Amino acid sequence: MELKDYKNVFVFAEQREGNIQSVAFELLGKARDLADALGEKVVAMLLGYNVKDQAQKLIEFGADEVIVADCPELKDYLSEQYSQVVDQIIKERHPNIVLYGATTIGRDMAPRIASRLKTGLTADCTKLEVVADEKSNNELQFRMTRPAFGGNLMATIICPNNRPQMSTVRPGVMQKRQREVGRQGVVTSFVPTFDTSKFKVKLVETIKEDKTVVDIADAKILVSGGRGVQNKEGFDKLQALADVIGGVVSSSRAMVDNGVMPHDRQVGQTGKTVRPNLYMACGISGAIQHLAGMEESDFIIAINKDKFAPIFSVAMSFFVETQILRLYENGNFFEIEFLDVLEYLEILDWVTRKRNNNGKSTRSC
Amino acid sequence: MNIIVCIKQVPDTTEIKIDPVKGTLIREGVPSIMNPDDKGGLELALRLKDQFGANVTVVSMGPPQADVIMREAFAMGADRAILLSDRKFAGSDTLATSYAIAGLCRTLDYDLIIAGRQAIDGDTAQVGPEMAEHLGLPQVTYVCDAKLLPNGNLQVHKENEDSVQVLEVEGKCLLTVLASAFEPRYMTVSGIVEAYNREVEVWGADKIDYDETKLGLSGSPTKVFQSFPKAMKAPGEVHEVSEEEAVELIVNKLKEKHII
Amino acid sequence: MDFSYSKTEQLFLQMIRSFAENEVKPLAAEVDDQERFPVETVEKMGKLGIMGIPIPKQYGGQGGTVQMYIMAVEELSRVCATTGVIVSAHTSLCMAPILENGTEEQKMKYLPKLASGEWIGAFGLTEPNAGTDAAMQQTTAVDAGDKWILNGTKIFITNASYANVFIVMAMTDKSKGTKGISAFIVEKGMPGFSIGKKELKMGIRGSATCELIFENCEVPKENLLGPLGKGFTIAMKTLDGGRIGIASQALGIAQGAMDETVKYTKERKQFGKAIAQFQNTQFQMADLKTKVEAARLLVRSAAWKKDMGLPYSADAAMAKLFAAETAMEVTTKAVQFHGGYGYTREYPVERMMRDAKITEIYEGTSEVQRMVIAGQLFKK
Repeated sequence: MELKDYKNVFVFAEQREGNIQSVAFELLGKARDLADALGEKVVAMLLGYNVKDQAQKLIEFGADEVIVADCPELKDYLSEQYSQVVDQIIKERHPNIVLYGATTIGRDMAPRIASRLKTGLTADCTKLEVVADEKSNNELQFRMTRPAFGGNLMATIICPNNRPQMSTVRPGVMQKRQREVGRQGVVTSFVPTFDTSKFKVKLVETIKEDKTVVDIADAKILVSGGRGVQNKEGFDKLQALADVIGGVVSSSRAMVDNGVMPHDRQVGQTGKTVRPNLYMACGISGAIQHLAGMEESDFIIAINKDKFAPIFSVAMSFFVETQILRLYENGNFFEIEFLDVLEYLEILDWVTRKRNNNGKSTRSC
Repeated sequence: MNIIVCIKQVPDTTEIKIDPVKGTLIREGVPSIMNPDDKGGLELALRLKDQFGANVTVVSMGPPQADVIMREAFAMGADRAILLSDRKFAGSDTLATSYAIAGLCRTLDYDLIIAGRQAIDGDTAQVGPEMAEHLGLPQVTYVCDAKLLPNGNLQVHKENEDSVQVLEVEGKCLLTVLASAFEPRYMTVSGIVEAYNREVEVWGADKIDYDETKLGLSGSPTKVFQSFPKAMKAPGEVHEVSEEEAVELIVNKLKEKHII
Repeated sequence: MDFSYSKTEQLFLQMIRSFAENEVKPLAAEVDDQERFPVETVEKMGKLGIMGIPIPKQYGGQGGTVQMYIMAVEELSRVCATTGVIVSAHTSLCMAPILENGTEEQKMKYLPKLASGEWIGAFGLTEPNAGTDAAMQQTTAVDAGDKWILNGTKIFITNASYANVFIVMAMTDKSKGTKGISAFIVEKGMPGFSIGKKELKMGIRGSATCELIFENCEVPKENLLGPLGKGFTIAMKTLDGGRIGIASQALGIAQGAMDETVKYTKERKQFGKAIAQFQNTQFQMADLKTKVEAARLLVRSAAWKKDMGLPYSADAAMAKLFAAETAMEVTTKAVQFHGGYGYTREYPVERMMRDAKITEIYEGTSEVQRMVIAGQLFKK
C-alpha cells in the first residue's frame, strides 16, 4: 500500500462504565477540522459492552462513521483486549490519522498499538494541523505540536513515512463542536476475533477513588493554591473562598508532591490542563510546568508576595500593596482585600467569619 | 526473581529556565538526574528484593555520562548495571528506543521488567508499553502498588484518573510506575563508597540482536520538524491605580468576562 | 592539586544533602525549641550508615573517608547544628579514639554497634575545674585488682543522656601530672555510673548535654583504652580530630545562614527594591561568601591530611578557629540582614546565631586553637 492509500481521521472514543468521555468529543472536534482540510472522513471507534446506543452521539459531535465493537470482553478497559481490537480495525481500514485521548487509557493503549503497527506516535499534543508543505509540492502534511522539557520547549513532530500517523491529545486542549442533533452518519458494527492466549491480565476489582468526584478540568472557576498556601489549613481557606464564589479548589504540583492535595487536583504539565473562566492563583509562583496547564484560562488573577513571580507573565496583575476585591454572591458584593499571600489567607478567615456571623454575606455594592 | 529496571538520565526540567531576552532554553548548570518515575521503579524493584529476594539489574540507554545514574542505582541497592551506548542509537524516537532496550532485555533472563511511567524531558510515557509489545509481554501502566501473590502472580494497582484498578498478572510482564507511589530510598553510605568500585557494563549495539533499519534515526517513524521555545504569553496588564479604582477595575473586568 | 569533589564525594553529597533537606531540616526548629534529642533522625542515620562513615568495614563501618564524614557534618549542620554535633561527637570523640587506640577486642566489641548507630558515643574530659586547663583532672581511677574504680564528675558532655559508650579520662597517678591520666571505655549502666543534670543551653539545644557522675564506678580491667598514663595524649589527639568535625559544623552553620540570607534579601523589598540589590548588601555578602569558602578550604585541607595520615593538629586548629569565627560573623550579619524578622524565631537565622557561638567554645576555645597554632609556629 502506498501512503496516499491511507485515508480518514480515526478517533478512539474512550468510554468508562459506558459513559463516553469528554475528551472523545474534543478529539472529534479537532478530527473534523483535520478531515475537512484533507478532504477525508472522521471515523470514531467505540469499544465497550452495551455501548452501541451511544454511537449517534458521536455522529452528532462530528463523526461521519462510528465503528462499534460491542462485546463482553470489552466491558472494562484492559490493555491487551482493547489493543487487539483497535489493531484489527486499523489493519482493516487503513486510516491516515488516529487520535487518542492522553488519558491513562489512551496513553496505555496507543504506544502498544504504535509498536504493533511499527508506526509513529506523538504524545500529549497541544496542537494538530494539516499544512501544505512547501518542500514537497505543497503536499498536505500532518503536524503535531507538543511540549517537551517540562513545557519549556515546543516541538512540532511529523511522521512522514509511516501510516497511520498517531497522536494522543490531552483532555481539555481541543474544543468540542456544537452538538448537531440529528446529524446523519454511518454506524458499522465490528466483530473482533480475540487471541485469548494473550489475556494475561485479569481485573480483580475497581476501587472508585473515595473523594467527591470533582473534575477540575470541568470547573468554571478555579481557586488554586501553591507553596505559598503552606498547608491543609491554608487550603481549607481557599475552599472557603471557592464556596463563596462557586469555584473548585485546585493545586500546584508542589502541594501534591508533599501530600497536602490529591493528585486529581493538580494543574500543570504532569497534572491536568484547565481552561476555566477564572483562575485564581494563590501563592503559586508559576513554574513553566504549571503555566502550561492553566495559561489558556480566560481570566487569571494571581496573588503572590513576589512581584516578579513568573505567574504574572500570564496573569492580570493585581499586586499593589493593598487591594480590595469585591466578590459577588447572590446579587451582593462583599469585599476581599488582596495583600500578600499570608495576609490574604487571613482575609479569607475574615470571609469565613463574616459568613458565619451573618449567615450570608450581605454587603451590597 | 530477576528484575530489570529501565532508568534514564534526564535534565532536571524543574531547573530549566528561559532566557528572558533571547527566549531560548538555558540548559547550562541544569543538573542531570535519574528520572523520578524510573527511580520509583527502582524503589519498587528493591522493595520486592527486600521482601522476596531478587536480582535487580538496571538498564539504560544513553551517552557515557549516564554512568552516574548507574552508580546511584548501585548505591541504592541494584545488583547489576548495563548501559547501552552506541552512536547507532542516536536520533531514536520512542519506537526505536523501545526496540533497542527490548533487544537488550531479550539477552537477559528476567521475570519482571519495571520502567518509569514517563521521563520528565519527553513526558511521552510510550517507551514502556512499546517495549512490552516488542517483547510480547503483558503490561500494566500507572502502577501505584505491586505485590507478589502466593501463586507467583503479581497483584498490581493501576491508578486511573478517577479509580484504582486491582489487576492480577500471570507470568512475565512489564510495569510502568508512578514516582509518587514509591518514595525512593536514600543511597547508603557503604553503597556510595562501593559504587565506583563496581562495574557498569557498557554495551554497544553489537551486544544485542538487531535489525539496522529499526535503530536510531532510520528506525524512528517520527521526526522533529521544528522545535522552538514556548511563546511567552503576553504579560498581564499592570494597573497603577488607587485602591478604589482597582476595585472597580477588577469588578468590571470580572463582569465583562461574565464571571460574576 | 585537585580541589574538586571526587565522583564518590559528589554522589555522597547528593545523598546527604537530600537527607538533610528532607529529614533533618523539617525538625530543626522543633528540636531547638523543645530542646529535644532527635532520636528518630539518629535512627535513620544509623540505617544509612551516617553514624559510621570513616570506620573500616571490618569494624562494621562504611569504609568512607574523613572527608566524607566532615561533608556529612557540614551538610547536617547547614540545616540543624544539633544533628551535626551529634554525629561529630559520636564519630570523632568516641569511635575515633577506640579505632586509633583500642585493642582488637575493644574495637570488635564497640565499633560495630557504634558505627551502625545502634549505640551512640560520647566523650568525657571536661570537669568543673578542668576546662581549657584539661590537665587539672580530678576524676580518679584506682586499680582494684580485677577492675578500675572511678570517682569524679564530668560536665558539658555532648550526647550524654542518649549515649551507650563513653570515653572517659581519669587520673590514675596524680604524681605524674598529665602522664598520670588514663583513658577508659565506660558503658552506660556500669555500677556507680550515672548521668547528672542536663544543661539548659543557648544553642545546639537538642544535643543532650549533661554531667557524668562516677561514684565508685566499677569499670572492667580490659576497658582501659590505650596504655596506662597515655590518656592525656589520647584526649589531645582525639580533640585534634574532633576539631575538624566542629570546624565542619561551624562551616555548615555559616553556609546555612548564607543560604537563608541570599534567599531573604532577594525577596525582601525596601524602598522599592530587593535589599539584595543594594550595594551594602552585595559587598557584605561578597565578603562573607569569601570567608565561608576560605573556611571550607581549611576544613577540607585538614581532613585531607588526616585521610593521608599526615600531621594535621595545627591544620585542624586553624580550620576550627577560622570556621567558628566565620560562623559567628556570618550568622550575626545574617540576623542583621533579616532585620526585625531575623530576631524572631520565624526565621532560622536566629537559631543559627545561637548555635554558632558554641563552635568558638567547645572542643577547645578559639583561644586554645591559637595556643595550638602558635605552639606549632614557635616550636624549637
